[in-house]
Amino acid sequence: MKDIFILLFRSKRFIVGFVLFLAVLSFAIIGPMLNPKNPFQMVGGLFTPPSDKFILGTDNLGRDVFTQLMYGTRTSLLIGCTAGVIATSIGVTIGSIAGYKGGIVEEILMGITNVFITIPSIVVLILLSIAIKTRSAAVMGLVIGVTSWPWTARAVRAQTASLKTREHIDIARITGFSSIEMIVLEILPYMFSYIFMAFILQFSGGILNEATLSMLGLGPYQTVSLGVMLHWSLLWEAVRTGAWWAFIPPVICLSMTTFSLMSMNSSMDEVFNPRLRRS
Amino acid sequence: MVEDRELLRVENLTRIFGSGKSQVRAVDNVSFSIKEGEIVSLLGESGSGKTTTARLILKLLPPTSGKIIFRGKDITYVSSRKELLNYWREVQAIFQDPFSSFNIFYSIRRVLNNALRLVSESISREEREEMIKEVLLSVGLNPAEILDKRPYELSGGQRQRIMLARVLLIRPKLLVADEPTSMIDASSRAGILNLLMELRNAYGMSIIFITHDIGLAYYTSDRLFIMNSGKIVEEGDAEEIINNPKDDYTKKLLEDVPVIHRKWEL
Repeated sequence: MKDIFILLFRSKRFIVGFVLFLAVLSFAIIGPMLNPKNPFQMVGGLFTPPSDKFILGTDNLGRDVFTQLMYGTRTSLLIGCTAGVIATSIGVTIGSIAGYKGGIVEEILMGITNVFITIPSIVVLILLSIAIKTRSAAVMGLVIGVTSWPWTARAVRAQTASLKTREHIDIARITGFSSIEMIVLEILPYMFSYIFMAFILQFSGGILNEATLSMLGLGPYQTVSLGVMLHWSLLWEAVRTGAWWAFIPPVICLSMTTFSLMSMNSSMDEVFNPRLRRS
Repeated sequence: MVEDRELLRVENLTRIFGSGKSQVRAVDNVSFSIKEGEIVSLLGESGSGKTTTARLILKLLPPTSGKIIFRGKDITYVSSRKELLNYWREVQAIFQDPFSSFNIFYSIRRVLNNALRLVSESISREEREEMIKEVLLSVGLNPAEILDKRPYELSGGQRQRIMLARVLLIRPKLLVADEPTSMIDASSRAGILNLLMELRNAYGMSIIFITHDIGLAYYTSDRLFIMNSGKIVEEGDAEEIINNPKDDYTKKLLEDVPVIHRKWEL
């Protein structure tokens, strides 16, 4: 375990991703603590350009963009994390049961998974977002998580099916382990790194999904997220009026977050799969 | 040592993989029996179906047809957890690869404790520790040194000894040893084999060796079963078969044994 961390921190790509992610995280968590303003409060004029008073200017209703950005990043991270946790848990549960049990159980579970893959998730997301009347950040995370697990399930099923043929699995079976014990104790520990990486991918996917949905106007109510900021600037024609400060900062925040997660993921891939390592 | 009571009998055991044109009859109409305290070998080249037979006997794989009778009871289609646990208390295994036989995340203590859980749930912690130490000593390992180690810190021979200690804790009636020495080096091999033979002498355990190593089979077994493409082609007393093989495949198998003082023609 210690070796893995040493290897990880030797990779420049991992350090860049990690530091960037910490920066985004502290901006989103510590920021609102140090600067407890209400992001909905109208403090300035309409689309005021960046100045000493408003570092990133104000939006269409005279609200401070910088404050919105801090709270918005926090909401986006929260939604992404919720979605990641939910999608990874569903995917790992379904994939490992299907892979371990095989036979008819596998057919049924993978059938369900394939159905979920063929339905474009954005359609499900839109329908679900419309159906759910009170859309809080948590509900958004849930909706995104529930629609984005199939790829994880498929990958975990394949991994489980290959791990299942190892002899310690047979030993555990003739020692009388139950199916749940087999999966949790004998199979999942071998996939831990893989599951963690899947979580990071789902995390960044969740953030992007939230941005897409919110930009379409299906985002959380009464909350500001990065996607919601984009929605506002789209709605109030920030692009046409040249108010770049209303949409460039959330876009940069989004890209930085997903870039940091992706670069951590790919450097982890290199550490956990030594075949990908470059000398 | 060999008693006259029959321990395990398989009747017309068949296992087919795949279907249609690509189907493979891995085990084809195999019948044999083993007595209490007897050591037999299933001998054959890779792909002859001997490991599949072992997995069928261990109930790790369901047969396509045929019967497995253990101590007079048909256990072929037993599937309730309780009955399976009872069966596994009596029938245990050692596998070929001492590296992948272990879950690398668990200490040796945990592996052996898991085995004890199969024997009885109600043994106190101290008693368990005592029993584990005892079996480790009897397979020639130092408990204090081994117990808290992880499998990857041990050599292949040590690991196979721990697998034996595991069997000793459960003390089954029948041990299926699937190539138990093929992946450990020659110097540890004799030690492991002697320990296995001792299991029979001390506890009257029956052993089925699954092997391609004629020397091992001859050295250890009372009877041999020669398998080729899923069928048993010859069976009988070990001495008898080695000295006087009847089936063509057995003859070929015997010819292929490398002999030190004869030049190999490749």
